[in-house]
Amino acid sequence: MITRADAIIVGGGIHGCSTALHLCLRGLRPVLIEKDYAGRHASGVNAGGVRQLARHIAEIPLSIRSMDIWENIGDLLDDDCDFDNHGQVLVAENEEELDACRDRVAELNRHGFTHEELISAAELRRLVPAVAETCPGGIVSRRDGVANPARTTTAFRRKAGRLGATVREGVAATNIRQENGLWRVDAGGETFEAPILVNAAGAWAGRIAADLGEPVPMKAVAPMLMITSRVPDFIKPVVILRGRKLSFKQFRNGTVLIGGGHLGTPYPETNETVLDWAKLHESAETVFALFAVMRNATIVRAWAGIEARMEDDLPVVSRSSKHEGLYHQFGFSLHGFQLGPGTGAVMAEMITTGKTNTPINDLAIDRFTGRSAV
Amino acid sequence: MTPARDEYDVAVIGAGPAGLAAAALTAKAGLSTLLLDENQGPGGQVWRAITTTPVQDKTLLGKDYWAGKELVEDLRKSGAEILQGATVWSLDRNLEIGISVGGGACLIKAKRVIIATGALERPFPIPGWTLPGVMTAGAAQTVLKSSGLLPEGRTVIAGQGPLLWLLSAQILRMGGKIDLVLDTTDKRNYRRALPHAAAFITSPYFLKGLAMMREVRRKTRVVSGVTSLVASGEGHVESLSFEAKGKKTTVPVDVLLLHQGVVPNVNLAMSAGVKHHWDDIQLCWAPELDGKAETSVPGVHIAGDGAGIGGALAAVARGRVVARAAIDALKPDAGASLPSAADLKTAVAKAEKGRLFLDLLFRPTKQFRIPSDDTIVCRCEEVTAQDIRDSVAVGATGPNQLKAYRRAGMGPCQGRLCGLTVTELMAEARSKTPEEIGYYRLRAPVKPIMLSELARLPKTDEATKAVVR
Ligand SMILES: Cc1cc2nc3c(=O)[nH]c(=O)nc-3n(C[C@H](O)[C@H](O)[C@H](O)COP(=O)(O)OP(=O)(O)OC[C@H]3O[C@@H](n4cnc5c(N)ncnc54)[C@H](O)[C@@H]3O)c2cc1C
Repeated sequence: MITRADAIIVGGGIHGCSTALHLCLRGLRPVLIEKDYAGRHASGVNAGGVRQLARHIAEIPLSIRSMDIWENIGDLLDDDCDFDNHGQVLVAENEEELDACRDRVAELNRHGFTHEELISAAELRRLVPAVAETCPGGIVSRRDGVANPARTTTAFRRKAGRLGATVREGVAATNIRQENGLWRVDAGGETFEAPILVNAAGAWAGRIAADLGEPVPMKAVAPMLMITSRVPDFIKPVVILRGRKLSFKQFRNGTVLIGGGHLGTPYPETNETVLDWAKLHESAETVFALFAVMRNATIVRAWAGIEARMEDDLPVVSRSSKHEGLYHQFGFSLHGFQLGPGTGAVMAEMITTGKTNTPINDLAIDRFTGRSAV
Repeated sequence: MTPARDEYDVAVIGAGPAGLAAAALTAKAGLSTLLLDENQGPGGQVWRAITTTPVQDKTLLGKDYWAGKELVEDLRKSGAEILQGATVWSLDRNLEIGISVGGGACLIKAKRVIIATGALERPFPIPGWTLPGVMTAGAAQTVLKSSGLLPEGRTVIAGQGPLLWLLSAQILRMGGKIDLVLDTTDKRNYRRALPHAAAFITSPYFLKGLAMMREVRRKTRVVSGVTSLVASGEGHVESLSFEAKGKKTTVPVDVLLLHQGVVPNVNLAMSAGVKHHWDDIQLCWAPELDGKAETSVPGVHIAGDGAGIGGALAAVARGRVVARAAIDALKPDAGASLPSAADLKTAVAKAEKGRLFLDLLFRPTKQFRIPSDDTIVCRCEEVTAQDIRDSVAVGATGPNQLKAYRRAGMGPCQGRLCGLTVTELMAEARSKTPEEIGYYRLRAPVKPIMLSELARLPKTDEATKAVVR
């Protein structure tokens, strides 16, 4: 028996779940298929950074749309997702880096974006007292913050379910095909069909796109994070160093999350990752050198998540360049958590109205596949 | 002190019976062998402090304890490099091992890894088990062996299993006082175990076990058939209520020692990606092993209680089987002068004889494994049984999602004190099997390491190259 739905979404990360929820809000009945459980991969294990700061211009409009949703996330999901907005700060460690910050802010201003502000040494010290005396300034994005990733993704999944989405967890979407103008997908013992198919399969999405005739330069990567034992409160905003691979934040309970984009090895076929301790050592070395309060901390846990990275580090958010009714939403390249709420809203808008006011042209799949008929 | 080299033929993790036996054999065969153990001296849990214990009167800790000495001496003569006080915090599928020792950390590699990290006590989540004054029998035994200290004040020991009786006997022999032993063994277990008694009667444990139980019964009051336990007190345990044969009793208590058997310590193996399955008889996770005790991660073997509870004698025998497998793989010529693989396996079978009888007899009952209401399950994050049932009701399907709902298992113990309870509780709440529910996904470091240690990690040539690339 084939079950009919309004849309089939493959992948229960924050993106698939957000699109499911926003389709429900627009009156559709989607089915969401997740091979493990919602939030099992990148969306549930990321650093939780809700950051507009330091984004590529092409994705800033999407990021700003997302931010508006984040600020009222409790109303949307009936769950505050542990969202805190103490800002995110990019630290320049020397004059040269500060010059680059100055150029960046000027460029954003030319495009009409004002969320990034250049800050002086004094303002930097006020925001992040623990930072080294020698740092001459940086950039702040004041509306930014953090949320609990697993909790957020789960909250999207639950709310979508409450509003009428059919959620299947623990079954992979297989045998994805178009028959009689409808998309059909097998999931466990069931088959679903719908006029719309959304490919939100994260690190597995490249394969799905390729199988449907739209190969893209995407690979699976495994960004790593570590969390420490509790240390006295010393920092409120999220801090990113401009010149090194390091970002960190302190949670309300005192633990500190250390990240920055060092990569381990992913094994997407088996859902496994292997950590690279030589690189985690580098992060530890930097934190140790810069922050005296961290010197007695212990590392309690380290992990990596499996994430999709595009060759140009920009996501694919668009309709297919080949097939009617097919949409792509993947390749978030280490910064897609913040984009989840807004991208779901934009996708639902495109699916139901055929267009969106949020400029996302530079994120279309045809930048790789070439323009074509659809 | 740090490892002498970057790479070994064999790294053995854990210097209990299995690790001691395995390392001695591989080293004697001429394989470069590193034995790593986090305690200050060798011996593991059964032979803890074997080289340093102040309790020198041999009758007090018993003959089985002192048997460990010979293995330690054997190992010392074998040429294995032995690092005590060395905590292994990471192992991965590339057989890279992260070690903390003497305030520093380092990474080494091995061609074969033998995990011999033994067992942990099964969680015993009764109401009040988190009160100060309540501890596990194993913890009490550790103190007793390493410093000769006995519990002070009104002492009650509750639970079941061989260690319960052994500890009681040891405390009493050393002049300690036990006010009451509460035996929670389910009466029905005797019937279930009986068909397997023949094998047990001829096992070396039978007579010893019987003698020990008699000794304890002679010296202190034992109540059997206990079906419920509730500890209470303000800021410290003050009383214990229990029920036996339908009769409720409350006794005052200063020290409550709990124990209901041991289960494999799976953390390191699981974090390395070793596949495990649910053992329905021992009610715990056990690694999937082939005939050479090799796991699903090529080159990683498990010996001793970590491979499924078998006791000290079986651990020694299993350690030798694994060592032999490593020797056959790395230096086949050296095998000729060693006992044959077949003989080693026979020794394992002999040592495991009667195990099924013990497993069935001491299989803990449900009410002591799957708590109800407000009983705390996850001590680190103070999550109760009811919290977990509530999370299931709103959609949590397994232990890893519970982390998102409740932070259960995210504390410093990394699930060692709650993991089994959480799996069984969620299985019950969802009418699934524990196998279907699964376990926490475990992450390195499996033991916390200092940020400063990681910051000072020496760069190996290979690591430097990797970073440059
Ligand atoms: C360690 C780490 C730290 C990060 N930090 C940040 C941060 O601070 N801020 C930020 O904005 N971003 C961050 N990111 C990036 C962010 O997590 C991701 O970009 C984002 O979560 C991607 O969401 P997704 O829904 O596309 O992918 P995923 O969360 O990976 O979801 C895709 C889902 O699809 C499922 N799936 C795949 N194939 C199938 C199939 N055939 N059938 C059914 N289901 C299938 C998968 O199981 C998976 O659950 C980080 C990522 C990592 C790994």
